[in-house]
Amino acid sequence: MATAHTEAPAVGGPPSPTAPAAQDGRTAQRSLLRRLLGRPEIGALIAAIGVYAFFFAVAPSFRQADSLATVLYQASTMGIMALPVALLMIGGEFDLSAGVAVTTSALTAAMLSFQLTTNVWVGVIVALIVSLAVGALNGYMLVKTGLPSFLITLASFLMLQGLNLAVTKLLTGNVATDDISNMDGFNQAKKVFASEIDFGGVSLKITVLWWLVFAALATWVLLRTKFGNWIFAVGGHSESARAVGVPVKFTKIILFMTVGFGAWFVGMHLLFSFNTVQSGEGVGNEFLYIIAAVIGGCLLTGGYGSAIGSVIGAFIFGMVTQGIVYANWNPDWFKFFLGVMLLVATLVNLWVRRQATRR
Amino acid sequence: MDRKTRTRKATAIAAACAAGVLLAAGCSSSSGGKKAQTAANNISAGKATTARIKIAMITHAAPGDTFWDLIRKGAQAAAAKDNINLVYSSDPNAANQANLVQNAIDQKVDGIAITLAKPDAMKAAVAKAEAAGIPVVGFNAGLSAWKSQKLLEYFGQDEDIAGQAFGTKLNSIGAKSALCVVQEQGNVALETRCAGLKKTFKGKVQNLYVNGTDMPSVKSTITAKLRQDSSIDEIVTLGGPFALTAVQSVSDANSKAKVATFDLNQDVVKAIQAGTVQFAVDQQPYLQGYLAVDSLWLYKFNGNFSGGSAQPVLTGPAFVTKDNVATIAKFAANGTR
Repeated sequence: MATAHTEAPAVGGPPSPTAPAAQDGRTAQRSLLRRLLGRPEIGALIAAIGVYAFFFAVAPSFRQADSLATVLYQASTMGIMALPVALLMIGGEFDLSAGVAVTTSALTAAMLSFQLTTNVWVGVIVALIVSLAVGALNGYMLVKTGLPSFLITLASFLMLQGLNLAVTKLLTGNVATDDISNMDGFNQAKKVFASEIDFGGVSLKITVLWWLVFAALATWVLLRTKFGNWIFAVGGHSESARAVGVPVKFTKIILFMTVGFGAWFVGMHLLFSFNTVQSGEGVGNEFLYIIAAVIGGCLLTGGYGSAIGSVIGAFIFGMVTQGIVYANWNPDWFKFFLGVMLLVATLVNLWVRRQATRR
Repeated sequence: MDRKTRTRKATAIAAACAAGVLLAAGCSSSSGGKKAQTAANNISAGKATTARIKIAMITHAAPGDTFWDLIRKGAQAAAAKDNINLVYSSDPNAANQANLVQNAIDQKVDGIAITLAKPDAMKAAVAKAEAAGIPVVGFNAGLSAWKSQKLLEYFGQDEDIAGQAFGTKLNSIGAKSALCVVQEQGNVALETRCAGLKKTFKGKVQNLYVNGTDMPSVKSTITAKLRQDSSIDEIVTLGGPFALTAVQSVSDANSKAKVATFDLNQDVVKAIQAGTVQFAVDQQPYLQGYLAVDSLWLYKFNGNFSGGSAQPVLTGPAFVTKDNVATIAKFAANGTR
């Protein structure tokens, strides 16, 4: 089932009855190329190479290994969330609460640890439970009511945004959490979520490593497991999927919980990287996660896409965001340049996909 | 499995989770946390015996901002002292803020304290309030418009003057190339600070726009800029939380740049004490909120005009440096500076 959804339709019509059984080398080669171009992430990969080459040419400081580490860090904090968001989109749903859910998770861990004066790992574990519960609730509401995920998660986005502010104010008397850097367990947690590793003389943030681990795991789930088949099936046509025995409700709830897990992880990075969390953070980031997934080849209609695509999408976004700074372009035009570069990347992706499906 | 069994099972799981959390709560931290935090002293200056009045404070604040939280605390302190029922509301969208003014008029409030971040959009609503006989004072934003819109008084900082003072300060410490980090593109007050800085600073000034709601992105963008331009020796942030992030960026980029900031919070005070942030320009938001509310009470019950209704009352710029930070630290710990 996964194959049916990720590969491009067969190129050309049915073979002629009189045609020889053996194909010549060129036909086989073209077929392989077409199949390769049919992968959801190939367009994004070509766009990424183009964007990288462009900034490599125009921005001398972009060429440094340190600069690549900065780009990867920017991409990883978005990319870790873009992965579950991409899986959810392949499953045919959106989560507009993903941005503020990151902040909810960070606030939960910080405030619980501080207010109860516990080891920070207590806060970390409770934050995980809360994040998974938020995801499960989103999924449950979706399958129970039959309302579009856009509406369900828009409601949870607003509720979480309100809770983030109100509960923080209620417990701390401020709109930001207290500094937890001197509490027990902080240093160990920082090592897991917000440390740096020396990689060939370049300081690489650990989020980059986690991002790649999660990407590999998501790709394996999507392409090598029964659950991966279910994701494509429910996104492609949930009624047909249900008819052939796919547990549609279960699949969707798990996908929302996966987004919850991602929000927890990025939230922990936010907390242990900055020691304190502003309750108003995260608003608007949900769109960046969706953008990364779409640039990476996910369709807004569901049933098509890849985990690797979202990685490339986040990398493109990271390159463009930082590349504009490295290129020292007029900052007044920053958002415009960003929009143009992302549009170009998406158009390249679209063009590649059309080339692959052209008869 | 029948419903009763399912319910029992769910209850057991919930109880186990709750027990786990309580057990974990026993793993208490030997340092930091709530137990180690000294209780904040509430500021109290007696209470007015005048009749209870209702004052609306309407700002352009986005939710969850530490700066605006201080303004609100100041307003609440004045309201508590003056026997005022304070109705606080905010919306960063100018049209929505204008609707909030109309809402206050409908409630027949005794006074309105307002920020004019987008004066033209607020003009009609302010005029309506004045026509309804409601006294209106301005604070924090709208220095150029408060008189033309016939507000009684204005409390705040001239952002241009603050920027100029900042530039002069940078000259005195020998900075040569400054990076002005703007966390919200198009915000007039923030842009004015950077523009003021450019007027007096003898070195080079560059603006850098960052996404203020995404700290990891702020961090990596500042890092990228420091790598792109190694001549930058001073980072100017326009809000306390961004100064602390900039300090991390300096470290990540192995830069020689120093960090200074507009606006203050508890963590910036600690950073100034530690020497990781050079100085901060404080516009005293608590004082802005306090004076805005208190002035309406004084006008209502004694006909007073701060600044004689002709001059604004400037609450800043006040420089907080390593030399004077100790006096401010205890107030910052209380969450009022």
